[in-house]
Amino acid sequence: MKKSGIVDVVAVGIANPPAPAGYRSEFHDFSQRLSQQASWLIALRREGYEEFADAGFPTTHDEDWRFTNVSGISKSRFEIARHATAVLPEDLERLGTNEFDCCLVFVNGKFSPNLSRIPNMPKGVTIGALSEQFAAGKREVQEYLGKYLNFRRDAFAALNTAFIEDGAFLHVPPNTVIEKPVCLLYVSAPGAAPLMDHPRNLFILEENSQATIVEDYVSLDQDVKENHPAFSNAVTELVAGECAVVSHTMIVRESERTFNVSTLRIQQARNSNLSTHSVLLGGELVRNNVHPVLAGEGAECLINGLFMANGRQHMDNYMLVEHASPHSSSRQYYNGILNGNAHGVFHGRIIVHKDAQKTDAKQTNRNLLLSDDAQIDTKPQLEIYADDVKCTHGATIGHVDENALFYLRSRGLDESSAKHLLLEAFANECLDRMHPGPARDHVQRLVFEWLPERARLSAGPPRPGERTWEEVG
Amino acid sequence: MSLLEIKNLHASVNANEILRGVDLRVNAGEVHSIMGPNGSGKSTLAQVLARRESYQVTDGSILFHGKDLLAMKPEEAALEGLFLAFQYPVEIPGISNAYFLRAALNAVRKGRGEDELDAIDFLPLLKEKMRLLEMDERFLNRPVNEGFSGGEKKRNEIVQMAVLEPTLAVLDETDSGLDIDALKIVARGVNTMRRKDRAIVVVTHYQRLLDYIVPDFVHVLVSGRIVKSGGPELALELEDKGYSWTESEPAGARR
Repeated sequence: MKKSGIVDVVAVGIANPPAPAGYRSEFHDFSQRLSQQASWLIALRREGYEEFADAGFPTTHDEDWRFTNVSGISKSRFEIARHATAVLPEDLERLGTNEFDCCLVFVNGKFSPNLSRIPNMPKGVTIGALSEQFAAGKREVQEYLGKYLNFRRDAFAALNTAFIEDGAFLHVPPNTVIEKPVCLLYVSAPGAAPLMDHPRNLFILEENSQATIVEDYVSLDQDVKENHPAFSNAVTELVAGECAVVSHTMIVRESERTFNVSTLRIQQARNSNLSTHSVLLGGELVRNNVHPVLAGEGAECLINGLFMANGRQHMDNYMLVEHASPHSSSRQYYNGILNGNAHGVFHGRIIVHKDAQKTDAKQTNRNLLLSDDAQIDTKPQLEIYADDVKCTHGATIGHVDENALFYLRSRGLDESSAKHLLLEAFANECLDRMHPGPARDHVQRLVFEWLPERARLSAGPPRPGERTWEEVG
Repeated sequence: MSLLEIKNLHASVNANEILRGVDLRVNAGEVHSIMGPNGSGKSTLAQVLARRESYQVTDGSILFHGKDLLAMKPEEAALEGLFLAFQYPVEIPGISNAYFLRAALNAVRKGRGEDELDAIDFLPLLKEKMRLLEMDERFLNRPVNEGFSGGEKKRNEIVQMAVLEPTLAVLDETDSGLDIDALKIVARGVNTMRRKDRAIVVVTHYQRLLDYIVPDFVHVLVSGRIVKSGGPELALELEDKGYSWTESEPAGARR
């Protein structure tokens, strides 16, 4: 485990390599195809592309990417899918998303009306594909798209912006409640070449509105090892108005040939209450960025995460929580289960700005290593510029607790059932932070379905002892 | 045949010999108390019986229901009917008491060749046992032992015992840290479980618990050996005189 206190991120004097040439021609073709769209949108994409071309993919010399090597992405040549892949409703049955009354399906980044179902919504709610809103000239799209996301020096967010074409759009007017969860299913279907997609989602929840949103990233042909690699690079912008209550869940369960990078940028107004739950199960390399800005007084934010990796999976959780106003509170809880040669990262950064007095921020990262070769890097980073705040952070890294194992076995459970129960318990700590309802049921089913595979073959006996540190600042 | 027969038991932890030749015979229907000063090996004996692997048995034998207990894993001993009420019950966040106990009961029932119970059949049973120990129903859905007070943890152990219905229950200092009211509740729970086909071994440092769970036999464990055995009156004598007088018994029993 590595740990550090306040760190000033200083640009290191090593230039990132320039953007691979493949992206230039991709962007050229892409721009040609969409050249009839609104000029503000074309300008936004160009800005994104230029930033990406300038910054290039990050390397492990970048402080924010120290533990995650993205050369697997930068060295491959990915294309935007040119032809729609035929996906049938039957293909989606096993995914468990049929439980949701409202489900928008995107195949390789593009909205698929035939696979989607949208029930009647309360008056004034707009829900649908972002591409449809471009065509309709929806005012809020132009107002909010890219408004809060800062893609300077952020190659993946810039790249996503360069290739904005489709994604989910939700606009909830003031004082409106959407009671049932909105499910967004992003299907990666294999193509003739390595494919990339850049879903761009925009959710605007106005004053005193409520909604529950589930983003679920899946691959078809989960088990086919010969498939081309795929690269999914989503950006979600979520704007929560005054007193809005939003629950957001992000599930990554793509194949182990998939690179998944995602960025969730949240802007919170006064007294808004936001919870976001990240559940990382699949993917070869996963990087999940969560960046809430608690801009209004009294805003509350819960970031709850569970990641389970085995084999050679790499899962990187990067949080940047900014407290910009007084009396706001944030909670980060991440539990990781790592097996095989898997590598997990927890990088939780909290910035308390000068005027954000009475901030209450807490960060906890707990990890279970099931094998000797699994690895976790956990790095808290607190930057506090106000003087009357409460910030705590802590992390634990350990093995399955021998005492607990013996306790369960002494009650009659065999060793493997006891171990399994303890892993379920560990995962349940995260599930228990979600509100009961269809979204949690869905996540719980997936976690329990994936757990046996993630827990299998823990090589060698566990090493005794647990390393713990707790700090209060 | 005795329910439990311990002969010349020697056991070590990290190469320190703690038990140095324990002999004990427990018949079905009996309640035995093992008393002794701190560090005498009481808890080690309890842990060895529950088959904790970090305790190495270097000599001797234990027969349980006539079978070699030392060859059993912890779960096998449990399925055979052994139950240890832990001195320090373990907290397991993320799993509710009810879920955990049903999993345990079903493992035991499966071992006995009985059908597993579903949640609907199990819940009334668990609630009944919890009422016996005066535990509020909110403990059903609380994570196992997490945030429980010391007394609540001990009562929860006895609830587990009542649900699992062992043939041999070993209570390891279940009385320590209990106030007198909690002590009476725990004792009443244990007493309702006294049956002619079940034995109970009460490991304790103090005599007080034995006012409420009256044993048939009292054994004094000192320095890894049983140095004295007798009836309930022995416990009172110990309370009166302390343990030192047993240690000054004729050296014949000691090294």
